[in-house]
Amino acid sequence: MEASAFAYLAAGLGAGLVILGAAFGIGKLASAAMEASGRQPEVAGAVRTSMIISAALIEGATFFALAICILLALK
Amino acid sequence: MVMQHFQTVAHDTAAAVSDTVTAASAHGSGNGGAFDFNELLHHMKDGRELELPGAHVELPELPTIQVGPLTIDLSITKHVVFLLLAALLLLGLGVAAARSAKKGLAPRGLRNLLEVVIVFVRDEIAVSNMGPAGLRYLPYLLSTFFLILFMNLFGLIPYGASSTSNISVTAGLAVIAFIMIQLAAIKAQGLGHYLAHLTGGTPWWLWPIMIPIEIIGLFTKPFALCMRLFANMTGGHIVILALLGFIFLAKSLVVAPFSIAFVVGIYFLELLVAFIQAYIFTMLTALFMGLGMMTAEHAEEGH
Repeated sequence: MEASAFAYLAAGLGAGLVILGAAFGIGKLASAAMEASGRQPEVAGAVRTSMIISAALIEGATFFALAICILLALK
Repeated sequence: MVMQHFQTVAHDTAAAVSDTVTAASAHGSGNGGAFDFNELLHHMKDGRELELPGAHVELPELPTIQVGPLTIDLSITKHVVFLLLAALLLLGLGVAAARSAKKGLAPRGLRNLLEVVIVFVRDEIAVSNMGPAGLRYLPYLLSTFFLILFMNLFGLIPYGASSTSNISVTAGLAVIAFIMIQLAAIKAQGLGHYLAHLTGGTPWWLWPIMIPIEIIGLFTKPFALCMRLFANMTGGHIVILALLGFIFLAKSLVVAPFSIAFVVGIYFLELLVAFIQAYIFTMLTALFMGLGMMTAEHAEEGH
């Protein structure tokens, strides 16, 4: 295989790994938030805000990796 | 230079995707008129033409400016137009709200609506991150929040484009955020303490290693702000365009209802993401400014 084929393969695998990590992290975060809201419904609002902020930060990190995948796919 | 590289990256992404799709659709049914995917992607890329319903406006191309090795192209493109539009909208709304604030004490109408958001930014973002001293930076935080919000929302209306899906725009916002963060830290701590914090309290022989690492650390946070906003906006648009492209790829109308249903779902997600990203950018800037100011308090208590 030529180099560009490897680059496309790497980009595809990379994107899959990226979404694996992101979904796992955000899923864990959401499950913790649900449990906390279930135990103590009064703080559900604050928990929801923190959950959204953390999800946005984790997604920011995944987009760095996605940008690298895009760079690879363009080689 | 990095920004130009990313610009070409974004353009090449669009070109690469369009090439693969046109090749795929050409291999499909031997239909003569293969749909040009560039037509769809051209909605997302920056361009010199503004499309209005019924009209096609060619935007002027100003001569480039040479600053040393860099060529700066200041011509007015689609994203610049929407950036200016968002700024004008913000200016108009702000002036209208301020004028109505002068007239009467009880807020009504537009001022009432804006006050909900402004009080939210003031209480949740400025004061909770920076304390009462943060009120001095409230105009900057409000401008950032509303500008990013309007730019994101412009990308969702028909014939509109979101300027924040251009990395140069988000880089500019991140540069201003970087300047404001350093300014807040220097104003609170004084220049001497600020430079002393760059060493991080390590013995003097570690400084040649410590200081470059700390300086790089100063730059990573605004860089993360820039990339987060850019990738969120661009990614959302790419997903919508890709889903719509399936209809043209399949060359049949059967796919259309499912495709449109997905697109509507992603559209509402985009709306949510527009608000969330504006909030995250502003909140992180306020957080970093507050961190710079809090270290000053600890330093004062220590001495």
